[in-house]
Amino acid sequence: MRNVFLFIRRYSNFLLFLVLQIIALYFLFSYNRFHEAAFSEVADRITGNINSRYNYVDYYFHLRNTNEQLVKENLQLRSLLKQNYEAPDTANVLVVDSILVDSIKKFQKYEYHAAKIVGSFVSTQTNYLTIHRGANQGIQRDMGVIGPLGIVGRIVDVSDQYATVMSVLSVRFKVKAKLKNGGENGTVEWDGASPSYIYLKDIPKSAKVKKGDSVLTSELSSIYPANIMVGTVADISADKESNFFSLKLKTATNFYSIQYVYVVGDLQREERNQLQEATKKTNE
Amino acid sequence: MSDLLRNIIRFILFILFKVFVLHQEPPLHQFVIPYLYFLFILWLPYRISRGGLMLLSFLLGLTLDYFLKTPGLHAAACVLVSYIRPFLINMLMPKETADHNYSSPSIISMGWAPYATYVVVLTFLHNAYLVFLEWMQFGNFFYFLGKVSATTGVGFLLIMITELLFFRKEKFRTNTI
Repeated sequence: MRNVFLFIRRYSNFLLFLVLQIIALYFLFSYNRFHEAAFSEVADRITGNINSRYNYVDYYFHLRNTNEQLVKENLQLRSLLKQNYEAPDTANVLVVDSILVDSIKKFQKYEYHAAKIVGSFVSTQTNYLTIHRGANQGIQRDMGVIGPLGIVGRIVDVSDQYATVMSVLSVRFKVKAKLKNGGENGTVEWDGASPSYIYLKDIPKSAKVKKGDSVLTSELSSIYPANIMVGTVADISADKESNFFSLKLKTATNFYSIQYVYVVGDLQREERNQLQEATKKTNE
Repeated sequence: MSDLLRNIIRFILFILFKVFVLHQEPPLHQFVIPYLYFLFILWLPYRISRGGLMLLSFLLGLTLDYFLKTPGLHAAACVLVSYIRPFLINMLMPKETADHNYSSPSIISMGWAPYATYVVVLTFLHNAYLVFLEWMQFGNFFYFLGKVSATTGVGFLLIMITELLFFRKEKFRTNTI
């Protein structure tokens, strides 16, 4: 017994080194449980607070860009207005709805929360944004995040007032997307190199692709509504060994200047997940 | 200013500088990520106990991790740096003379060549371990080599610029009282 104590005393520094390493590596490799493991909620609140103070100053330097983005988005939305389209006369029949139930409300699938970005960076392999909206305002994990011009990321952590968004510029991030023209589905990934370009993989070589084609979110995506801009094709390279294209996309969102985002909540997600779970169970 | 107060201020400044200046810059290349914050560990006084040094470094790394959302990554690298630091100082310093004449490692107390070696070795260790952990999760060997050499080069340059800009006056402590 005495020898054990002597051993511990003699190598106490090395043992402390090992213990601290193990704690650090445990945090690192149990990323999904990190939230419970390392008081991340309290830390999110503190770092979020400091970030928003910094952003209070930094915000003014990006106002011009933010304004331009909002004008572009307004233009896009205005062009969708009903009054811009003329219906052919024959189809213009007035139907009086006799049901007193609000039938629109019932089928609402997505809800949007506007949120201000208070912290962001694009210089590592896994990039995150911090937004000033949290659990108190109805933000939950795995909600999609879109900007005025295209997709931004996905919620990964939520505290009371703040939420952390894993951005598209993250090697862990994957999302389903499709070509606007052909409708072929593929997977969007980032390779970690340049913050302006992402990659669309798994598009069959039979697809007709040109430079400048738009890529939109797919109906298969479980976190985004369909048909939201992802990017435009900047370069096409065919993989010789497989039957697929690898398309280099210019991101629609400018991650350097973005200031406001919308968090998209899928109101039917629970139901969808339950169904998928049930299907899995019955087929096993 | 007391050592404690000075180090608390340094701690805060290094973290804020990394999070809001170095990390906000658009990267020149995927490999060139400037790190300066661990200079805090390099500047700590000689007299600090080894256990305290490691705990403090762990705290420094973890604080940065909370800002950059990389749980444990920088903490692990900082603990390694602080574990190696005393061995390196013992190796580079003539034992009897300089050890007790100045309070902390600097160009004045160690001399140019030993101090540069001290910085290069610890910068290399920090970055190699950091990128190695990143490599374990994704990436390939080429990525590892390229990123370690680029970050170490940039890190060393940054540290030397900092040393020249913020010249630390070291008092010569006599033991002839």
